[in-house]
Amino acid sequence: MKTFNYTIKDEVGIHARPAGLLAKKAKEFESTITIQKGEKSVNATKLMMLMGLGVKCGETVTITVEGADEEKAAVEMEAFFNENL
Amino acid sequence: MIQFIGKGVYGAIAMGNVSIFKKQDTVVKRVHAEDTEAEKKRVIAAREASAQQLKEIYDKALKEVGETHAQIFDIHIMMLDDDDYNESIENIIDTQSVNAEYAVAVTADNFAQMFSSMDDAYMQARAADVKDISNRIIANLTGAISPETLSNDKMIICADDLAPSETVALDKEKVLAFVTAHGSSNSHTAILARNMNIPAVIGVGDDFLAKIKNGDEAIVDGFTGEIFINPDNATKEKMLQKQKEDEDKKRLLQELKGKENVTLDGTKINIFANIGSVDNIGAVLVNDAGGIGLFRSEFLYLENADYPTEEQQFSAYKKVLESMANKKVIIRTLDIGADKQVDYFKLKKEENPALGYRAIRICLKRPEIFKTQLRALYRASVFGNLGIMFPMITSVSELEKILEICNIVKLELQAQKIEYSDNIELGIMIETPAAAIISDRLAPMVDFFSVGTNDLTQYTLACDRQNSDIEEFVDTHHEAILRLIEMSAVNAHKHGAWIGICGELAADTTLTENFLQMGIDELSVSPTFVLKVRDAVRKINLKK
Repeated sequence: MKTFNYTIKDEVGIHARPAGLLAKKAKEFESTITIQKGEKSVNATKLMMLMGLGVKCGETVTITVEGADEEKAAVEMEAFFNENL
Repeated sequence: MIQFIGKGVYGAIAMGNVSIFKKQDTVVKRVHAEDTEAEKKRVIAAREASAQQLKEIYDKALKEVGETHAQIFDIHIMMLDDDDYNESIENIIDTQSVNAEYAVAVTADNFAQMFSSMDDAYMQARAADVKDISNRIIANLTGAISPETLSNDKMIICADDLAPSETVALDKEKVLAFVTAHGSSNSHTAILARNMNIPAVIGVGDDFLAKIKNGDEAIVDGFTGEIFINPDNATKEKMLQKQKEDEDKKRLLQELKGKENVTLDGTKINIFANIGSVDNIGAVLVNDAGGIGLFRSEFLYLENADYPTEEQQFSAYKKVLESMANKKVIIRTLDIGADKQVDYFKLKKEENPALGYRAIRICLKRPEIFKTQLRALYRASVFGNLGIMFPMITSVSELEKILEICNIVKLELQAQKIEYSDNIELGIMIETPAAAIISDRLAPMVDFFSVGTNDLTQYTLACDRQNSDIEEFVDTHHEAILRLIEMSAVNAHKHGAWIGICGELAADTTLTENFLQMGIDELSVSPTFVLKVRDAVRKINLKK
């Protein structure tokens, strides 16, 4: 299992567009990717739940990657967050 | 005439006839379904059809509004594919033995509810996206989907609310404007309208649709958010005028933004902007001015209850210089007195303030005020491309004193090891006949001249600017004024200085050709006139 934290820099937070991209990205991997904010955590492939998490700019989320390709997935997901969020 | 007001989301004016956009009736009935597997298959088919339609809308949006804004439809397609959303629909069909339409509608309500209850306006607006895709699935289930039919004329589309997909699906060629009774400026519909350059007003109010009918004549003002239904003639005329001005301005922007200020024969001139506050910088950039030719520093004094400190001034100047990213910024030193009174200066009331204690005269008699401003300017100079300009010059000895004070300021900063730029240009306003007449003696002492035509006219023609009784005697094209400008231009160039005009005359396009012939290097005008003057310059041929 791989875990990393990320603090959102995008002004509007994980809004529709980046959530869409994020869900798309998460579907590329075999591993299960979860995004956790506070008590709530959601599967990153689930777009509506992801949007429903309501992550805002400045908030920190914990990303957990678990599965066969977790090494590669964790690296790519981290790069994705840095680039898009 | 009936008048409504909402929130304008794209500034433009449209005039035409009302067409009320009726949504498909999406009242969904709960019906008992025996064969739940068949209902689930219907949902899958309707979802696939919806995805296909959304793909087409995405392609249309891609062409009309660009990728960034078309992406919402890509997201809609992904929402259709969302596991939780689809599981919820299937679950409802299975557990309640109900028809597909009802299951989709209930699911849509639940998810929309989730977004609506979030404490973030942006996310609240996403409820509309869920409703939009769900209504599409339902329409496909019931076979109610049909392309929106509009008459052949261009229409002002009035609706209760428009979903993003409805906005894009409308034939842009037939839409003059959008007006909706509801909706938020955060909605994708508002964003799309802005990107399709269609005037749009949202949130006009609940009773809007009840008070209008198809074919009503209407005017939409996207700037103010006003809607006029069956307008009277005076309103029509006023709005036609406003529409024309706006269209001219937009045409100029479209055609001339980024273009050079060059005549047909290749003569170039700088066109800069005059501003009086940091807030105007946006207008300077939007109108594509090459720099700021006159930044009136008075606002710093007028806004304050006491003399503005060096720090206050420094941060304002720094902000302007940084925002203009190395384009020339000419800041004029204090020009208070006469018509611009400030209490804490405690100036005596004068019989004849235009000829009185004002501008550089105050600075020279009270050098502590002047030095504070100069220190702030020199310190800010490292953040951009600064020019400093002194107003109301009438003699060589005044200019000598000014340059001496500038030197003292520089020496003090050096002693304190405070940085300033070596490339600051110093210049003077030519706004008294005296300055123009001795411009041959002033030119070697400065880097530039800037002609203030308003005061130059007042002093040359002995006509008080404030007295409306003598307006007919104020001939701004008077030969005496043009000769003084030309004389100053010749003398400036003889001594390696450049010359600009920053008074109102600079924007008078009937004189642009004369100014170019005189060899004027720069015209500084109010930001909204920059492109009008550029347009004039580009049509002139000096070799003809």
